[in-house]
Amino acid sequence: MSEMKLMKGNEALAEAAIRAGCDAYFGYPITPQSEVLEYLANYAHRTGMVVLQAESEVASINMVYGAAGTGRKIMTSSSSPGMSLMMEGVSYIACAELPCLLVNVVRGGPGLGTIQPSQGDYFQAVKGGGHGDYKLIVLAPSTVQEMVDFVRDGFDLAFKYKNPVMILTDGALGQMMEKVDLFPQMDRKTEFESWATVGKPKTRERNVITSLNIQADEMEKTNIHLQAKYKLIEENEIKYEEYMCDDAEILLVGFGLVARICKKAAQLAREKGIKVGVFRPISLFPFPTAKINELAGKVKGILDVEMNAGQMVEDVRLAVNGKIPVEFHGRMGGVVPSPEEILHKLEEKFVGEIA
Amino acid sequence: MSEKTLVNEEQHFEEMIAEESICTTDNLVYEKPDTLLDTPMHYCPGCGHGVAHRLIAEVIDELGIQEDTIGVAPVGCSVFAYNYLNIDMTEAAHGRASAVATAIKRVLPDKYVFSYQGDGDLAAIGTAETIHTCNRGENLLIIFINNGIYGMTGGQMAPTTLPGMKSTTSPFGRDVATMGNPLKITELVAQLPGVYYCTRTAVNNAGNVRRAKKAIQKGFEYQKLNKGLSFVEIVSNCPSNWKMTPLASNKWMEENMFAFYPLGDLKVPNDKEK
Repeated sequence: MSEMKLMKGNEALAEAAIRAGCDAYFGYPITPQSEVLEYLANYAHRTGMVVLQAESEVASINMVYGAAGTGRKIMTSSSSPGMSLMMEGVSYIACAELPCLLVNVVRGGPGLGTIQPSQGDYFQAVKGGGHGDYKLIVLAPSTVQEMVDFVRDGFDLAFKYKNPVMILTDGALGQMMEKVDLFPQMDRKTEFESWATVGKPKTRERNVITSLNIQADEMEKTNIHLQAKYKLIEENEIKYEEYMCDDAEILLVGFGLVARICKKAAQLAREKGIKVGVFRPISLFPFPTAKINELAGKVKGILDVEMNAGQMVEDVRLAVNGKIPVEFHGRMGGVVPSPEEILHKLEEKFVGEIA
Repeated sequence: MSEKTLVNEEQHFEEMIAEESICTTDNLVYEKPDTLLDTPMHYCPGCGHGVAHRLIAEVIDELGIQEDTIGVAPVGCSVFAYNYLNIDMTEAAHGRASAVATAIKRVLPDKYVFSYQGDGDLAAIGTAETIHTCNRGENLLIIFINNGIYGMTGGQMAPTTLPGMKSTTSPFGRDVATMGNPLKITELVAQLPGVYYCTRTAVNNAGNVRRAKKAIQKGFEYQKLNKGLSFVEIVSNCPSNWKMTPLASNKWMEENMFAFYPLGDLKVPNDKEK
């Protein structure tokens, strides 16, 4: 039965993991996401899922690798510095084609940085982060409701494509409380994929999970296979939201938390007679390139807003391909931009006069 | 010897065997275990890995647990262990085998799980994972091959390289003043309450091979009884990187490695618990 509750983002996400029939969670405390581990430690016994506090994020991600190999629903969560430690393991998981769910509740960086919200890990999440040519499916929620729904959807995508899925959220969404509609409890898996390492019955060949192939031409085949899969994902799994885009003359582009602030900025702009719409990429990989290119034919300019020094804007500019000007406004280190600030920047760049 | 001569020699040998019929089903006293695959091993002549692999295969066969065993291979010379053992296996990142094994065992508590790790993997880059896996008392078996050198990467200094021992990164011998002391990680983990059984063996002669096999067997049996972690070190040789013949490397191991890493049990369950 679905259930309406007022919940903190991190706790709602943890509750969603239990309800999605997650089999095991391996993690390590780090602000601002420790509530995920704490919540699971308190409530995961409802389904009997395994919850283990590891000795480090390095161990956590390798536990995810091992457990994901058994064909179960496995997840971890962390925040920026911890996610950096996981990158080696993420590369192995992507190459070995194991489904799993990763959650990055991003905080301000670089280095130890701050514990306030940021989007500074876009490049790490979308462009690789670990070594080699691999892709994660990256989903960026902008509400606590999406923090919940993307856990269920993320596991579905992970198993559909045998690929790690990352929920890229931030410290504000992790910490804020909102009304959420929790989906009903799902059963844990009882049947497992043919590739899973669960003990070899006499009826099949042994299963080996590895990312190693010492022959260059064989390793290239692995890469070609992965790239073909990523192309398929690009063809099928693009998600985005359009807000007042139909008659817009100027477009605000932002993902996650920033898109919410952009919506308020668009409302303020329209009160002043400036026709502004908001475009929110939900899947960051696959990126809605074609849709942005199409919208670029309808508006005069784009202001891309992010809580970083300008990361997604590179993908927006590639999508626009020079059709119209793409300006950028970003705040860094844990600072969240205000709607007024975004409107001010928009007017400065596109209206030609400061209000 | 030319390639052609070699082929002729082989043919002649095969014909000789066929003629004399020395191998019949009746007179076979020593067979390849089912769990060992036919894949030719990549290990250098005289290396201990092959024997250790075979012992694992024999124990799995004898306990009848081939269908219920999952192995974890490390990074190092034994990275390809999964090519030789006919069981489900996962190849872990360098140092992380015990974390990978932990997770497999946690989600499959009724299965047998072991990791097979070298000294660089287990006692350098994977020290944290090793100690915490042991300390949590994970119900699995860690098999630790200690040959005091990095084999796969070409003979660099390992955490277990002996004082004065030469390697490509300690070309004048390990100077403990600047390079640190060899790490007796087996003595270290033996202190941890999560470790139920901890022993050091070798595979250099028939007696030690038998003892090593018994230790591996105990490791699996304790796992069945949910006793906690079993840690079996096998002190081994590396003829290629020690730059010795197989025989000389065994002699050197007996005289030097065994002196620093004495064979025997470090922790055994008390009789009542058995």
